[in-house]
Amino acid sequence: MQDFILILPELILTVGGLVLMLIAAWGGDKSGPLLTWLGALLLVAAAVFVPGVLPGSATGMAFGGLFAGDSFAAFAKLVIYAGAAVAMLMAMSWFGRDRDYRAEYPVLILFSAIGMGMMVSANDLLTLYVGLELQSLAAYVLAAFQRSDTRSAEAGLKYFVLGALASGILLYGISLLYGFTGTTLFEGVAAKLADGVATGELFGLVFVLAGLAFKIGAVPFHMWTPDVYEGAPSPVTAFFASAPKVAAMALLVRVSVEAMGPATEQWRQIVIFAALASIVLGGVAAIGQRSIKRLLAYSSINNVGFALVGLAASGVAGVAAVLTYMAVYLVMTLGTFMVVLRMRDAEGRPVETIASLAGLSQTRPMLAFAMAIFMFSLAGIPGLFGFWPKFLVFDAAVQAQLTWLAVVAIAMSVISAFYYLMIVKKMYFDTPAPAYAPTREPVGSALLVISALIVSPLGYLAIKPLGEAATTAAQALF
Amino acid sequence: MANFPILSVLLALPVLGAIACLLTDAAKARWIALLTTLGVFVLAIGMWATFQVGGPQWQFTEYQTLFGKFSWALGIDGIALMLIVLTAFLMPICILASWRSIEKRVPEFMACFLFMETLMIGVFAAQDLYLFYIFFEAGLIPMYLIIGIWGGANRIYAAYKFFLYTLLGSVLMLIAMLWMVNYAGTTSIPALMETDFPVEAQNWLWLAFFASFAVKMPMWPVHTWLPDAHVQAPTAGSVILAGVLLKMGGYGFVRFSLPMFPEASGTLIWIVFGLSMVAVVYTSLVALVQQDMKKLIAYSSVAHMAFVTIGLFAFNRQGIEGGLIVMLAHGLVSGALFLCVGVVYDRMHTREIGQYGGLSNNMPKYAFFFMFFTMASVGLPGTANFVGEFLALIGAYQANTWVAAVATSGIILGAAYMLYLYWRMAYGTARTAEAAAMPDLDKREFLLLAPLAAATLWMGVYPESFMAPMRGDVEILLERIDRARPQSDSQPTPGRPAAAAPAGHGESHGAAPAPAAEGAHH
Repeated sequence: MQDFILILPELILTVGGLVLMLIAAWGGDKSGPLLTWLGALLLVAAAVFVPGVLPGSATGMAFGGLFAGDSFAAFAKLVIYAGAAVAMLMAMSWFGRDRDYRAEYPVLILFSAIGMGMMVSANDLLTLYVGLELQSLAAYVLAAFQRSDTRSAEAGLKYFVLGALASGILLYGISLLYGFTGTTLFEGVAAKLADGVATGELFGLVFVLAGLAFKIGAVPFHMWTPDVYEGAPSPVTAFFASAPKVAAMALLVRVSVEAMGPATEQWRQIVIFAALASIVLGGVAAIGQRSIKRLLAYSSINNVGFALVGLAASGVAGVAAVLTYMAVYLVMTLGTFMVVLRMRDAEGRPVETIASLAGLSQTRPMLAFAMAIFMFSLAGIPGLFGFWPKFLVFDAAVQAQLTWLAVVAIAMSVISAFYYLMIVKKMYFDTPAPAYAPTREPVGSALLVISALIVSPLGYLAIKPLGEAATTAAQALF
Repeated sequence: MANFPILSVLLALPVLGAIACLLTDAAKARWIALLTTLGVFVLAIGMWATFQVGGPQWQFTEYQTLFGKFSWALGIDGIALMLIVLTAFLMPICILASWRSIEKRVPEFMACFLFMETLMIGVFAAQDLYLFYIFFEAGLIPMYLIIGIWGGANRIYAAYKFFLYTLLGSVLMLIAMLWMVNYAGTTSIPALMETDFPVEAQNWLWLAFFASFAVKMPMWPVHTWLPDAHVQAPTAGSVILAGVLLKMGGYGFVRFSLPMFPEASGTLIWIVFGLSMVAVVYTSLVALVQQDMKKLIAYSSVAHMAFVTIGLFAFNRQGIEGGLIVMLAHGLVSGALFLCVGVVYDRMHTREIGQYGGLSNNMPKYAFFFMFFTMASVGLPGTANFVGEFLALIGAYQANTWVAAVATSGIILGAAYMLYLYWRMAYGTARTAEAAAMPDLDKREFLLLAPLAAATLWMGVYPESFMAPMRGDVEILLERIDRARPQSDSQPTPGRPAAAAPAGHGESHGAAPAPAAEGAHH
């Protein structure tokens, strides 16, 4: 019984998702908006029953250690569910205009959310794989959601092919680890690694990390990111950039710390390389982009690099920094995409060029102001909340005696500041381009204002509760 | 009064004003901004009046553990007090200077300036290391917008350069701060000022802070962002840049580099002296050949800031007090000079010196003020700059005679480029018809320049008002850094007993020794 209480959020989402699917099957696409609200409601309900959220709720291991219902999973799940719910609500009005919104959309996001929940709770290599695949399969469909659009179909195919390859690599790594340690439980793997890392185990470790690096879009496994981001419908891109990144990052942290903790010295070099390579490539490659979606894809690569600095630092401080980073990053990236969703020309067609942002501060001052907040925040300029996660990550690196890493990473952050500034320059300094079509999206506007407020200096007031929650979550792994 | 959180109010007031500006139209925004800055100025004066000279080192302290890892800790000593007063004094002048010259997007402009004011006051009032960093860095955002939106033709390049240059300078400082807090276990600046960091680590930390402050200051060779930013920024932007933002570098040296890393300051003093010597001579020569008024004054700022660094790192009372006074004086005088440029720029829309000439004929009042501030910039006795530069040079002589000799040559060069500028602007006959037809100062412009002239004169004639609050803090700083004082090459040997005692030189009180001073200048 205890086991089922611990997986209550997943149960709620599974049963609810199946019911919603039935409604979608009989109700047709007209039921889309209703299903979206129901889906968001289900995510809220699931969030309430996440182990450790309600005072006095049980936490612990379920199903003989396959599934962890600890505070680490709880933190990640709350962030993921929030991201998924917002991604769902954002999409509704965007698709609605062309009457191409279909009722499967919220259902797919729900299934993806179940997968993500399993990812962050996985305490076993196979649970990990099942969760990852559940999330990915839903994501492949979502990428190709606009069936009439060839770019969307292309994005879905690319994502699927490369994702399948990454899954193969991951499975190969898992099989190696299993073969050399004789177990798939994280604790078991860790126990075996503690008495020296054999060559076979090392190979397994490298392959697992490579597979997961693909999922978080870290260099050198980032190639799919810009193409998929550009091709997928904008709300889907927003979803990809937010919750699944958090889930994959949390998963990577748990595998690295719990399963491979004794081999920290071995994986640390890999993580440091991926971190610095992501920061540099995410910074340099974004500069020449013309599409805002591609730019944000490189921005996500860049941000993943910074989060990996926290993982490289490891320890409670490092893990807490990664969690905080991903939580704040989720808000910033969803907020940015809410602005992107409002980029439509006079006929209402979506626009994606950066050039079309020119002079936005004069045609749509509030929208430009919100975007400027997100851009400065993504750049990590102090005063805005985006500075804080970067600060924590560097602090963790310095505490872990990795001062050189912090120095290199922070110097590289100036490169990425350049292209965020470029967006602000377009909006504020340039002469106006044709104005975007006006939008009436009360839900979207409310979400936009909320995320802008979180990212604004007011966010600093959240440092204490957020820091405490992240530290409690991180302590669950040690 | 004791429990009134005056610093928090000083920080909150401009923010509220900025939000109010954003919500109204241009005409109202101007008045809101002016009233807000005047209100802040009154509060700052009140703070100055109630500041206990010789009282506790840190006054008006506030402490709230709001942010977990760091806290809302505010408090000022005499140095910070004077810089806050300078900021509050310059802000209403900036707003008035932009009254007519800024025509587009006025509410946003005023809001940017008010945000800027909060951030500048925050830098000087912060008593928490991270809080300081946040204020220090966040100032880049409004300044980027001010230069980029309301600047001149090449504003975008200048805005990028300003932002990225100063950001790159500062990020290393953040890592150094993280290391320091990790070592000392506290984020409180007063506590860190008394922490002895391991000598081997000090050099690295010092260099990281130096990278940031040297760019802000700016010191040669990382000064190149300044002429670009100054030339492209609107007049008020230049005033605030020269008046306050550059002072953050000097403030950083006094607050962080010297007391926190005394040994490193002693060992690496050659970097400071070397760069400052180059700056004094090189940028003065560059200023001599400028055709653009704003560029000329910008380069003169770099030269003046070199006096600040020389003075601050002289490791003696005269030097440090002199450096601080130069900071204040330069804030007034270069701000005023930029306003003088702004006055003619508003009429002719060119900064090229060759377009003007003979202004003393048709603009006598303007010519008077311009002359006054030119003389002040040269360091004429009786003006603020003289006091500071003279003290800084005395201090420098005690620390290193070569540095003093080279720096003194800067005063002569300074006189050359400023007088040359004044000659080309004000004397002779007008080179263009437009220049000859320019009307003299109107009431608003008079109102801008007169207070600055009064303050310059006050600081020059009775500097004690400005030195008194800072004296105790300089004393504490001297006690702290005395152990690391580098060997001086100025070793006065006792001559015939009838001559002055050897201690006489070192002990001479440097408040205003007027007769000796004139000798140093001519």
